[in-house]
Amino acid sequence: MAKRIDVSGLTAYYGSHKAIEDISMTVEPRSVTAFIGPSGCGKSTFLRTLNRMHEVTPGGRVEGKVMLDDENLYGSEVDPVSVRRTVGMVFQRPNPFPTMSIFENVAAGLKLNGSYKKSELDGIVERSLKGANLWNEVKDRLNKPGAGLSGGQQQRLCIARAIAVEPDVLLMDEPCSALDPISTLAIEDLIGELKERFTIVIVTHNMQQAARVSDRTAFFNLAGVGQPGKLIEIDETERIFSNPSVQATEDYISGRFG
Amino acid sequence: MSNAVIDKSEAPGRASGPAPLRQARLPRWTPYALLVVSAAAGAGIGTALGMDSAFQWGLIAAVVFVLAGYGLGAVVEGGRQARDRLATSLVWVCFLLAVVPLLSLIWETIDRGRTVLDGYFLSHSMEGVQTILPGGGAYHAIIGTLEQVALAAVIAVPIGLLTAIYLVEYGRGRLAKAVTFFVDVMTGIPSIVAGLFILSFWIIILDFSYSGFAGAMALAILMMPIVVRSTEEMLKLVPDELREASLALGVPKWRTILKVVLPTAIGGITTGVMLAVARIAGESAPIVLLVFGAAGINNNPFEGAQSSLPYYIYEQWQLGNDASFNRAWAAALVLIAFVMILNLVARGIARWKAPKTGR
Repeated sequence: MAKRIDVSGLTAYYGSHKAIEDISMTVEPRSVTAFIGPSGCGKSTFLRTLNRMHEVTPGGRVEGKVMLDDENLYGSEVDPVSVRRTVGMVFQRPNPFPTMSIFENVAAGLKLNGSYKKSELDGIVERSLKGANLWNEVKDRLNKPGAGLSGGQQQRLCIARAIAVEPDVLLMDEPCSALDPISTLAIEDLIGELKERFTIVIVTHNMQQAARVSDRTAFFNLAGVGQPGKLIEIDETERIFSNPSVQATEDYISGRFG
Repeated sequence: MSNAVIDKSEAPGRASGPAPLRQARLPRWTPYALLVVSAAAGAGIGTALGMDSAFQWGLIAAVVFVLAGYGLGAVVEGGRQARDRLATSLVWVCFLLAVVPLLSLIWETIDRGRTVLDGYFLSHSMEGVQTILPGGGAYHAIIGTLEQVALAAVIAVPIGLLTAIYLVEYGRGRLAKAVTFFVDVMTGIPSIVAGLFILSFWIIILDFSYSGFAGAMALAILMMPIVVRSTEEMLKLVPDELREASLALGVPKWRTILKVVLPTAIGGITTGVMLAVARIAGESAPIVLLVFGAAGINNNPFEGAQSSLPYYIYEQWQLGNDASFNRAWAAALVLIAFVMILNLVARGIARWKAPKTGR
């Protein structure tokens, strides 16, 4: 079940350093929202606050509210572990577990949580690999190590691993930046398919990619080195790329800075 | 390729420009020829000066080799190549200096140890053997070493592993720093001090008697910091991306450590533990203090005196007759073989458990 994310007044810190300040936005269910902006503007930090991965970093803490439908992720009784089961994540660099086979990698989320029936496992793994467009390439070597796949295949394996636990939201932190154009295309096509089922948020440095895959785009910027990153604007992707309402967005998109 | 030696007539024209790409080079076999020449020089000078130790000849040859290589390089090839040759030959000479004593030690032990090392030696104790006569064996010492080392490992490995996991995965701030500091201090504890600590605490204050277990506790004190250190290094090598990948799947932290971090590092951790075991297997000081030494077989490490291989070697050497010297050497050979087998097992496990790429 895809869910709506509603962020209000979110500020995140690394120790005493304020990384992002006062961000409010809504992410629509069953859509792709892209975050763009210069390096260090807090896109990834903001993404990581959406499944409480930010606080894994030593010194990381968050103020503000993130509503997932009608539940605040930062409510006092919320367990970050169950948040992460609901909001999955794909990282910049493909990171399959090196000790596990392809099958075990996909099943990892279920197995490590202990919440699965053995008889269902085969079906879930097949469905997830098909969902990640990887099934045809690996179906004959499911017991081979996941680290033996190519970079693009590894990243799709990580996507399969993330969707195997059936999250409501899928966060992607520059999922294609370590990949070649063909693997990137495969993953962009996949994002188009996945948005039928999930709410997807993607961080990207590639503005063409944002234009290609996303329905809405958010532009982040920071006033200067050491200043916190801020959300400049969020709108329909088409509007952001054709007629943004803020000058800084236009400057960034047209390559005048950054 | 066709013209390895520079045509001198070209050089002056380029003197002010960029360095020429081709330079005069010594032929590839130069180091080998130098080796022969310097060996001969070493033997010659050594004989002339009336030294009869092969080791002295070798040192002279090494000095000649280093200097001749440098000089020849400086004359023919120029300064940078000569320094390169100097560094290369110094590295080789140092390598040989390190390896020669090691090989000589192993050779000596094998050569002297094999005289009495047989099935009888491995399966009999010294019970009722007149120490001045041949016969007897080290079975009781082998049993003692195996039991004491195993007990020490049973105590030290879990504590060491958990400490390392705490330091790498959870430890922040003062407590972690204090633990790290004390682990460092413990690494430097002399084995006799560990023995004295257990002696005063276990035997004098708590009034237990000498036993293999008392020795094992002292060995555990020596083993723990090594296990902590090596495990810590191995856990630090596990990329954070793997931890994050697991956490992002909604796996609790303790399960992430148990199912993702530890399996990824298990090869290195096993190697570290095996090396720590090898290190304590050779300790004699705590054994002398705490296990007391026994001539007969005592299979129970919790009661009564036992022996162990290092203690046995020391004891036999002290007896000071040919038969006991032979037994000491044979026991030394057994000890070296034991440590070597442990190392091989560790390497095997590390290779078997190492993350595979499987392309």
